[in-house]
Amino acid sequence: MSELIGSILIGIGVAFDLLGTIGLVRLPDVYNRLQAATKCVTLGTCLILVGAGVAGGGSMAARSIICAVFILITSPVGAHALARGSHLGGVKLWEKSLVDKYEEDAQQIKRGLQQGEGNSAAARGESS
Amino acid sequence: MTSVSVFFGLLLLAAFLCLYRLWKGPTAPDRTVAIDILGTLVVGFCALYAIHTRKAFYLNVGIAWALLSFVGTIALAKYLEGKPYDE
Repeated sequence: MSELIGSILIGIGVAFDLLGTIGLVRLPDVYNRLQAATKCVTLGTCLILVGAGVAGGGSMAARSIICAVFILITSPVGAHALARGSHLGGVKLWEKSLVDKYEEDAQQIKRGLQQGEGNSAAARGESS
Repeated sequence: MTSVSVFFGLLLLAAFLCLYRLWKGPTAPDRTVAIDILGTLVVGFCALYAIHTRKAFYLNVGIAWALLSFVGTIALAKYLEGKPYDE
Protein backbone atom coordinates (compact mmCIF):
# COMPACT_ATOMS: atom_id res chain seq x y z
CA MET A 1 0.00 0.00 0.00
CA SER A 2 2.74 2.47 0.93
CA GLU A 3 4.54 1.51 -2.30
CA LEU A 4 1.44 2.46 -4.29
CA ILE A 5 1.10 5.84 -2.52
CA GLY A 6 4.82 6.47 -2.99
CA SER A 7 4.60 5.63 -6.69
CA ILE A 8 1.68 8.01 -7.17
CA LEU A 9 3.55 10.83 -5.38
CA ILE A 10 6.69 10.18 -7.44
CA GLY A 11 4.61 10.19 -10.64
CA ILE A 12 3.05 13.56 -9.80
CA GLY A 13 6.51 14.92 -8.98
CA VAL A 14 8.01 13.71 -12.27
CA ALA A 15 5.10 15.29 -14.16
CA PHE A 16 5.77 18.62 -12.41
CA ASP A 17 9.48 18.38 -13.26
CA LEU A 18 8.71 17.73 -16.90
CA LEU A 19 6.24 20.63 -17.14
CA GLY A 20 8.71 22.96 -15.44
CA THR A 21 11.47 22.14 -17.90
CA ILE A 22 9.06 22.55 -20.81
CA GLY A 23 8.40 26.03 -19.41
CA LEU A 24 12.17 26.55 -19.25
CA VAL A 25 12.41 25.83 -22.97
CA ARG A 26 9.26 27.58 -24.19
CA LEU A 27 9.00 30.90 -22.31
CA PRO A 28 10.40 34.10 -23.79
CA ASP A 29 12.87 35.71 -21.35
CA VAL A 30 15.07 34.95 -18.33
CA TYR A 31 12.59 36.02 -15.65
CA ASN A 32 9.67 34.02 -17.08
CA ARG A 33 11.88 30.97 -17.45
CA LEU A 34 13.23 31.35 -13.92
CA GLN A 35 9.76 31.63 -12.44
CA ALA A 36 8.23 28.67 -14.27
CA ALA A 37 11.19 26.36 -13.88
CA THR A 38 11.94 27.14 -10.24
CA LYS A 39 8.39 26.78 -8.95
CA CYS A 40 7.57 23.59 -10.84
CA VAL A 41 10.89 21.84 -10.31
CA THR A 42 11.04 22.66 -6.60
CA LEU A 43 7.58 21.22 -5.99
CA GLY A 44 8.27 18.25 -8.26
CA THR A 45 11.54 17.28 -6.61
CA CYS A 46 10.03 17.68 -3.15
CA LEU A 47 7.18 15.37 -4.17
CA ILE A 48 9.68 12.82 -5.51
CA LEU A 49 11.57 12.93 -2.22
CA VAL A 50 8.40 12.61 -0.14
CA GLY A 51 7.26 9.71 -2.33
CA ALA A 52 10.63 8.00 -1.86
CA GLY A 53 10.30 8.47 1.88
CA VAL A 54 6.77 7.03 1.92
CA ALA A 55 7.76 4.03 -0.19
CA GLY A 56 11.05 3.38 1.60
CA GLY A 57 10.20 4.07 5.23
CA GLY A 58 12.63 4.08 8.15
CA SER A 59 15.92 5.91 7.70
CA MET A 60 15.10 6.63 4.06
CA ALA A 61 12.04 8.62 5.18
CA ALA A 62 14.09 10.71 7.62
CA ARG A 63 16.78 11.53 5.08
CA SER A 64 14.35 12.36 2.30
CA ILE A 65 12.36 14.69 4.58
CA ILE A 66 15.60 16.49 5.51
CA CYS A 67 16.51 16.80 1.83
CA ALA A 68 13.02 18.03 0.87
CA VAL A 69 13.03 20.73 3.56
CA PHE A 70 16.50 21.80 2.47
CA ILE A 71 15.45 22.14 -1.18
CA LEU A 72 12.26 23.94 -0.15
CA ILE A 73 14.37 26.53 1.70
CA THR A 74 17.31 27.00 -0.68
CA SER A 75 15.67 26.89 -4.10
CA PRO A 76 13.64 30.13 -3.80
CA VAL A 77 16.66 31.89 -2.28
CA GLY A 78 18.81 30.85 -5.24
CA ALA A 79 16.14 31.89 -7.73
CA HIS A 80 15.78 35.29 -6.08
CA ALA A 81 19.54 35.82 -6.13
CA LEU A 82 19.64 34.84 -9.81
CA ALA A 83 16.83 37.24 -10.75
CA ARG A 84 18.48 40.08 -8.83
CA GLY A 85 21.86 39.33 -10.34
CA SER A 86 20.58 39.18 -13.90
CA HIS A 87 18.57 42.41 -13.48
CA LEU A 88 21.54 44.28 -12.01
CA GLY A 89 23.74 42.74 -14.67
CA GLY A 90 21.64 44.45 -17.33
CA VAL A 91 19.52 41.69 -18.88
CA LYS A 92 16.48 43.28 -20.55
CA LEU A 93 12.90 42.15 -20.03
CA TRP A 94 10.82 40.71 -22.86
CA GLU A 95 9.57 43.52 -25.13
CA LYS A 96 5.92 42.73 -24.34
CA SER A 97 6.44 42.97 -20.56
CA LEU A 98 4.31 45.74 -19.07
CA VAL A 99 5.84 46.84 -15.75
CA ASP A 100 9.29 46.65 -14.20
CA LYS A 101 8.92 47.69 -10.56
CA TYR A 102 12.43 46.58 -9.69
CA GLU A 103 14.00 49.22 -11.96
CA GLU A 104 13.83 52.02 -9.31
CA ASP A 105 15.42 49.85 -6.65
CA ALA A 106 18.05 48.70 -9.13
CA GLN A 107 19.02 52.30 -9.96
CA GLN A 108 19.31 53.06 -6.25
CA ILE A 109 21.44 49.97 -5.63
CA LYS A 110 23.72 50.82 -8.56
CA ARG A 111 24.20 54.41 -7.30
CA GLY A 112 24.91 53.09 -3.82
CA LEU A 113 27.49 50.71 -5.23
CA GLN A 114 29.26 53.45 -7.15
CA GLN A 115 29.32 55.80 -4.14
CA GLY A 116 30.04 53.09 -1.62
CA GLU A 117 33.11 51.62 -3.26
CA GLY A 118 35.51 54.08 -1.64
CA ASN A 119 33.67 53.95 1.69
CA SER A 120 33.53 50.17 1.87
CA ALA A 121 37.23 49.96 1.03
CA ALA A 122 37.95 52.39 3.88
CA ALA A 123 35.72 50.38 6.22
CA ARG A 124 37.54 47.17 5.36
CA GLY A 125 40.85 48.90 5.99
CA GLU A 126 39.70 50.09 9.42
CA SER A 127 38.24 46.79 10.48
CA SER A 128 41.34 44.85 9.48
CA MET B 1 8.56 -1.82 -9.79
CA THR B 2 8.54 -1.26 -13.52
CA SER B 3 7.11 2.23 -13.07
CA VAL B 4 10.48 3.39 -11.71
CA SER B 5 12.11 2.95 -15.13
CA VAL B 6 9.34 5.02 -16.75
CA PHE B 7 10.02 7.77 -14.18
CA PHE B 8 13.74 7.56 -14.94
CA GLY B 9 12.99 8.06 -18.63
CA LEU B 10 10.75 11.07 -18.01
CA LEU B 11 13.32 12.71 -15.71
CA LEU B 12 15.97 12.09 -18.35
CA LEU B 13 13.75 13.86 -20.89
CA ALA B 14 13.42 16.81 -18.49
CA ALA B 15 17.21 16.89 -18.07
CA PHE B 16 17.64 16.95 -21.84
CA LEU B 17 15.24 19.90 -22.07
CA CYS B 18 17.47 21.67 -19.51
CA LEU B 19 20.52 20.83 -21.61
CA TYR B 20 18.78 22.31 -24.65
CA ARG B 21 18.32 25.59 -22.79
CA LEU B 22 21.94 25.40 -21.61
CA TRP B 23 23.12 24.97 -25.20
CA LYS B 24 20.76 27.46 -26.82
CA GLY B 25 20.30 30.14 -24.14
CA PRO B 26 21.00 33.58 -25.60
CA THR B 27 22.39 35.17 -22.41
CA ALA B 28 24.53 33.98 -19.52
CA PRO B 29 21.68 34.10 -16.92
CA ASP B 30 19.66 31.67 -19.08
CA ARG B 31 22.47 29.16 -18.85
CA THR B 32 22.80 29.75 -15.11
CA VAL B 33 19.08 29.06 -14.62
CA ALA B 34 19.46 25.86 -16.62
CA ILE B 35 22.39 24.73 -14.43
CA ASP B 36 20.40 25.49 -11.27
CA ILE B 37 17.38 23.49 -12.47
CA LEU B 38 19.64 20.64 -13.59
CA GLY B 39 21.09 20.45 -10.08
CA THR B 40 17.62 20.15 -8.58
CA LEU B 41 16.74 17.44 -11.11
CA VAL B 42 19.81 15.43 -10.11
CA VAL B 43 18.51 15.38 -6.51
CA GLY B 44 15.31 13.83 -7.88
CA PHE B 45 17.43 11.27 -9.74
CA CYS B 46 19.19 10.40 -6.48
CA ALA B 47 15.85 9.85 -4.71
CA LEU B 48 14.61 7.64 -7.53
CA TYR B 49 17.83 5.64 -7.50
CA ALA B 50 17.58 5.20 -3.73
CA ILE B 51 14.09 3.76 -4.19
CA HIS B 52 15.30 1.58 -7.07
CA THR B 53 18.20 0.02 -5.17
CA ARG B 54 16.61 0.15 -1.67
CA LYS B 55 19.71 1.86 -0.26
CA ALA B 56 19.28 5.04 1.80
CA PHE B 57 22.89 5.96 1.07
CA TYR B 58 21.98 7.65 -2.21
CA LEU B 59 19.82 10.18 -0.37
CA ASN B 60 22.99 11.42 1.34
CA VAL B 61 24.36 12.06 -2.14
CA GLY B 62 21.21 14.05 -2.88
CA ILE B 63 21.58 16.20 0.25
CA ALA B 64 25.23 16.97 -0.57
CA TRP B 65 24.34 17.71 -4.19
CA ALA B 66 21.59 20.15 -3.15
CA LEU B 67 24.00 21.96 -0.83
CA LEU B 68 26.75 22.32 -3.45
CA SER B 69 24.26 23.34 -6.15
CA PHE B 70 22.90 26.09 -3.88
CA VAL B 71 26.39 27.44 -3.15
CA GLY B 72 27.26 27.39 -6.84
CA THR B 73 24.06 29.20 -7.78
CA ILE B 74 24.70 31.96 -5.23
CA ALA B 75 28.29 32.37 -6.48
CA LEU B 76 27.13 32.58 -10.11
CA ALA B 77 24.44 35.12 -9.15
CA LYS B 78 27.05 37.31 -7.47
CA TYR B 79 29.23 36.98 -10.57
CA LEU B 80 26.35 38.02 -12.86
CA GLU B 81 25.70 41.04 -10.67
CA GLY B 82 29.20 42.25 -11.44
CA LYS B 83 30.38 42.75 -7.87
CA PRO B 84 33.61 41.54 -6.31
CA TYR B 85 33.35 38.43 -4.16
CA ASP B 86 34.67 39.81 -0.86
CA GLU B 87 31.38 41.20 0.50
